[in-house]
Amino acid sequence: MRDYLRTHEGEARILIVLAVLIAFLAFASPSFFTAGNFASLMNNNAVNVIWAVGLLVVLIAGGIDISFAVAASVTQYLTALVLLAIGGGDWILGLLFAGAFGIAIGCVNAVLIAGFRITSIIVTIATFNALFGLLMFMTSGRSIYDLPDWWTDRIAAASLGEGASLMLPVAAMAAAMAATWFLITRTTTGRQIYAFGDNPEGARRAGVATVKIQFIAYGWMGLMAGVGGLMQVNLAQEVVPNALIGRELDVLAAIVLGGARLGGGRGSVFGCFLGVMLVAVVQNGLNLLGVSPYAFKMVIGLTILGAISLSNVDLGALLAGGSRRRGHASSH
Amino acid sequence: MTSPSPASPIPASEAIRFEHVSVRFGGVQALDDVSFSVGRGEVHCLAGENGSGKSTLIKVVAGVYQAAPGARTDYFGESVTSLTPKLARARGVAVIWQDLALFPEMSVAENIAFDGLVGAPRLVNYRAIRATARTALAKLGVTLDLAARLRSLPISGRQLVAIARALAADAKLIFMDEPTASLTQAETDHLLAVVRTLSASGVAVVFVSHRLAEVLEVSSRVTVLRDGRLVGVFNAADMTQSRLTELMTGRRFDQAVTARDVGEKPIVVQTAGLTRRGEYEGVDLTVRAGEIVGLIGLIGAGRTELAHTLFGMARADAGVIRLSGSPVAFASNREAIRAGVAYVSEDRLALGLVQPQSIADNTVITILKAITGAGGLISEARKSAAVTKGINEFAIKIGRPDDAVSTLSGGNQQRVVLAKWLATSPRLLILDCPTVGVDVGARDGIYRIVRGLADRGIAILMISDEVSEVYFHSDRVLHMAGGRIVAEFDPRRIAIADLERAVYA
Amino acid sequence: MQALTERMGRALGRDVPGLVGLFVVILVVFGLTTPHFLSAANFGSIAFQLPDLGLLTLAMLAPIMSNGINLAIIATANLSGLTLAWILNMNGGPQAGVFAFVVGVVAALAVGGASGAAMGATIAYFGAHPILASLAMMIFLRGLGEFLTRGGDISGFPDFLREIGHGSILGIPAPMVVFIVAAVVWHVLLARTRHGFSVAMIGSNPRASEYSGLAVKRSLTLVYALSGVMCALAGIIMLTRFNSVRVGHGDALLLVTVLACFLGGVDPFGGFGRVAPVFVSLLILQTLSSGLNLLGASQHLSTAVWGLFLIAVMVARSSTLRTLAAGFRRSETGQASR
Repeated sequence: MRDYLRTHEGEARILIVLAVLIAFLAFASPSFFTAGNFASLMNNNAVNVIWAVGLLVVLIAGGIDISFAVAASVTQYLTALVLLAIGGGDWILGLLFAGAFGIAIGCVNAVLIAGFRITSIIVTIATFNALFGLLMFMTSGRSIYDLPDWWTDRIAAASLGEGASLMLPVAAMAAAMAATWFLITRTTTGRQIYAFGDNPEGARRAGVATVKIQFIAYGWMGLMAGVGGLMQVNLAQEVVPNALIGRELDVLAAIVLGGARLGGGRGSVFGCFLGVMLVAVVQNGLNLLGVSPYAFKMVIGLTILGAISLSNVDLGALLAGGSRRRGHASSH
Repeated sequence: MTSPSPASPIPASEAIRFEHVSVRFGGVQALDDVSFSVGRGEVHCLAGENGSGKSTLIKVVAGVYQAAPGARTDYFGESVTSLTPKLARARGVAVIWQDLALFPEMSVAENIAFDGLVGAPRLVNYRAIRATARTALAKLGVTLDLAARLRSLPISGRQLVAIARALAADAKLIFMDEPTASLTQAETDHLLAVVRTLSASGVAVVFVSHRLAEVLEVSSRVTVLRDGRLVGVFNAADMTQSRLTELMTGRRFDQAVTARDVGEKPIVVQTAGLTRRGEYEGVDLTVRAGEIVGLIGLIGAGRTELAHTLFGMARADAGVIRLSGSPVAFASNREAIRAGVAYVSEDRLALGLVQPQSIADNTVITILKAITGAGGLISEARKSAAVTKGINEFAIKIGRPDDAVSTLSGGNQQRVVLAKWLATSPRLLILDCPTVGVDVGARDGIYRIVRGLADRGIAILMISDEVSEVYFHSDRVLHMAGGRIVAEFDPRRIAIADLERAVYA
Repeated sequence: MQALTERMGRALGRDVPGLVGLFVVILVVFGLTTPHFLSAANFGSIAFQLPDLGLLTLAMLAPIMSNGINLAIIATANLSGLTLAWILNMNGGPQAGVFAFVVGVVAALAVGGASGAAMGATIAYFGAHPILASLAMMIFLRGLGEFLTRGGDISGFPDFLREIGHGSILGIPAPMVVFIVAAVVWHVLLARTRHGFSVAMIGSNPRASEYSGLAVKRSLTLVYALSGVMCALAGIIMLTRFNSVRVGHGDALLLVTVLACFLGGVDPFGGFGRVAPVFVSLLILQTLSSGLNLLGASQHLSTAVWGLFLIAVMVARSSTLRTLAAGFRRSETGQASR
């Protein structure tokens, strides 16, 4: 436990905050600690988590991707068009197409970032505008409601009793988390992603194929954008071209809350999940406590502001009475 | 020039033997017919100024650069041509660059075993990683927490990790680039002990540095390069830092003691019982107008922390600082600057200058108020006058004032730093290792400037970890160790060897 | 002559000539292909649309120069607009007088400045990452706005506001006049004052700046506070142009302002940026948009073209392309590459 605290400080912090929050809500609202509420929390946030683990890989590699929510909209639309054109398709074809379109968009970002050495934030803001503009222009903003049945049918992945069920997107979320965890902690490729984000020059000198690493990171983000988009359609029952825009910043905030670092080299799948859930539980709690929905965002913003201010205070140093030598002695 | 003393015969079994190595970049002859050999298990020094070709030579050995045809390149008794970095690594060559090229967010174990993570994608075997790391550390005779993140280790610990990483990759010949630059004396001693262990087990170590006094004692031979040519190979036993300097620069430096009596000039700064817990204790020092006081101490002696306090960037827990007689307690370095204190940091790259910005802007950054004209706007006329004055006064060799300051050489950058502080008309100038990263040949110019400033009546506190720097260029020498000032010396009354003994004892 | 161009280059930024060239090319292409493009009406409409985006881009520019970013610009503009709207409504809505308007403007600017200062302080004193701090501030301010308006919009303002939003001064639309004045002030602030000097230095290296005696934390707080004031000005102009205020109004402009900064050669790693090239890049973006509009394309196509345009410019400026070109030149002169 102590080791965990030491090596996973970011996660440990948010876990404590989340636990306190959950304990409080369980006490304050009788409907919080119910299967139904838990299921709706998970169902409503599964897609955000899928995107979050994708973005996590990019953040670990030292980059950023603002374009993923738009990329998800584009893959939704393209996948819907292709599937309707070939007569409906099924989940396998859907995953295949959504994944492929997503990866393709990720690779476009990677070409510009790794190939032309343009900063990732500039590239993805540009592709954000380009993709969103083209999508809205080509579709004239029209939504697609007439979707194949397999896509919009609700599928319960697990029943929690009391009529509450975890739906398919939650299963997809679990799969995305497991796959991302496997990639970044269990494969040499994943460790190279960490190393590249941590010290690009050191990784290059050690023989890491840095261009390839960036393609994998942005490609993974693209894949998750596609899969998340596919699942979001299953929840929403429709494809609306501008429905997802704006989600990118919320997801980004949640991941950084979960201990990932803007600048690379740090972050975990579990922390990511906790970050998304913290924001979700705050909102859920406000709802159950009867707070006006119009106040939700305000409280969430304040929560994040408080959390980031606190997270930059070194808890260890505070407890140890402040270690001075570290203060200004070493730097690099 | 002194004739090179004949080096002892080359050990029968050699790690590498390079002969007739020439490398050319465009119009620049980086290496010209250089020979270089290291015995198995030998500890060797490779010395030379910036631009002498020592980095190029390492890169040839490491397979990064190719030598021109006609060179002999043997690794462990085998002739190898058309080398690549990968091949060199496979032959047992490892280079530890000064920046160490490690991964601060990753664990100690992963850093040590990192080279095993590169290559064809596969699964990570953490148990094997830990075993590799443990074995490598055992060879060094040190124990480190394998799960700890690298960033939690001090620089010396990270250096051990870098060495362990080289051993884990089965290195038989390790180059260490400026390994002692940021180590304390105790850490350096530990490093040297580790190097002895390595040497005993048959691993050759090459120290690459221009400051070698500390590592000479464990080395057997020194190879000196200058302007891309081999000056000679010498026995380490009869080498001293001053002779090495001569060999590296090809010039004899007029190393005369410049100390003078300043007499009863007014006291500019005086501290009494100055203490900051864990850093320095009971420091009493006095610097008079026109006096250069050398403060010699190794890293970790508390010298930089003391300078930070005088400069208002760290508060003392106890004691007083008097500036021209009146007690001061600065809340920030801005107050210290206003009171006439200037501080030249030891870390010019990160703290001394804003590297990407222009020479002009770096020169006036300290005097923004003075160059502000009507309506609160910066006056271009006043600014360029100030810049021109600084550039002329310190004879800074520049292209245009608008060029980035990072385009200048170390010596000229240091002149820009001095110019920006002189613009504030300080009464106390604190110099923290003023010639770090300045070529040996360019140091004299800096020393002359410093002496000139003292002659103008500025009180100068010169902090250094180089005995010759304070011995030859200050009026009085204070020796700081373990956070205390332990002795005071008059350079005119003590031999440099005695001062060296006192400091390095 | 050369000295003059050099001085111009130094004062305005090296990217200006290239961007002006691009602007001229765009004018010529649209002028030749699009009827009514070179008309007073078209330029009038460009001049009416440009100020919103322009003022917000100025608000984005300064934080980026300090190696930060302000993602809360739209939310700050909206909340400041709400402040003015609220004060006008308290004083009779359509019957409100000039005095109430002035008080409202001052309050709006104060709210913008205070929001910015709070965000800047979080960044400067707590060391929070600017992306995260401004993101959290954006969510908070938008939430506060939603809470206060219950998601609706506020309208019903005195008629004289229309004069500001739609009137002209010497033939130039009033919002454009405000924008030009703001741009000039911003240029002077960033290029000629101690504060601007400090922001550039801090943007490049905050620690070296601190060691040189700059008040780093105060300057950073001030950058965001002034950025907030500029947002408030944008919010006020938006109120007068649309005669209503609503939370979320102008959200789509957020990333476009970043795009305009980068197009204008502002360094994404801080330390370097000029108002003049950003001004020209804003003209380019708005002209592209109105030209496409005249061709019958929607605003969305303009957005896409903006994004593609930024990619093209960045690729043209990229080091990879330069390395390729340099390698080509070197092989021509017969020198080995290092």
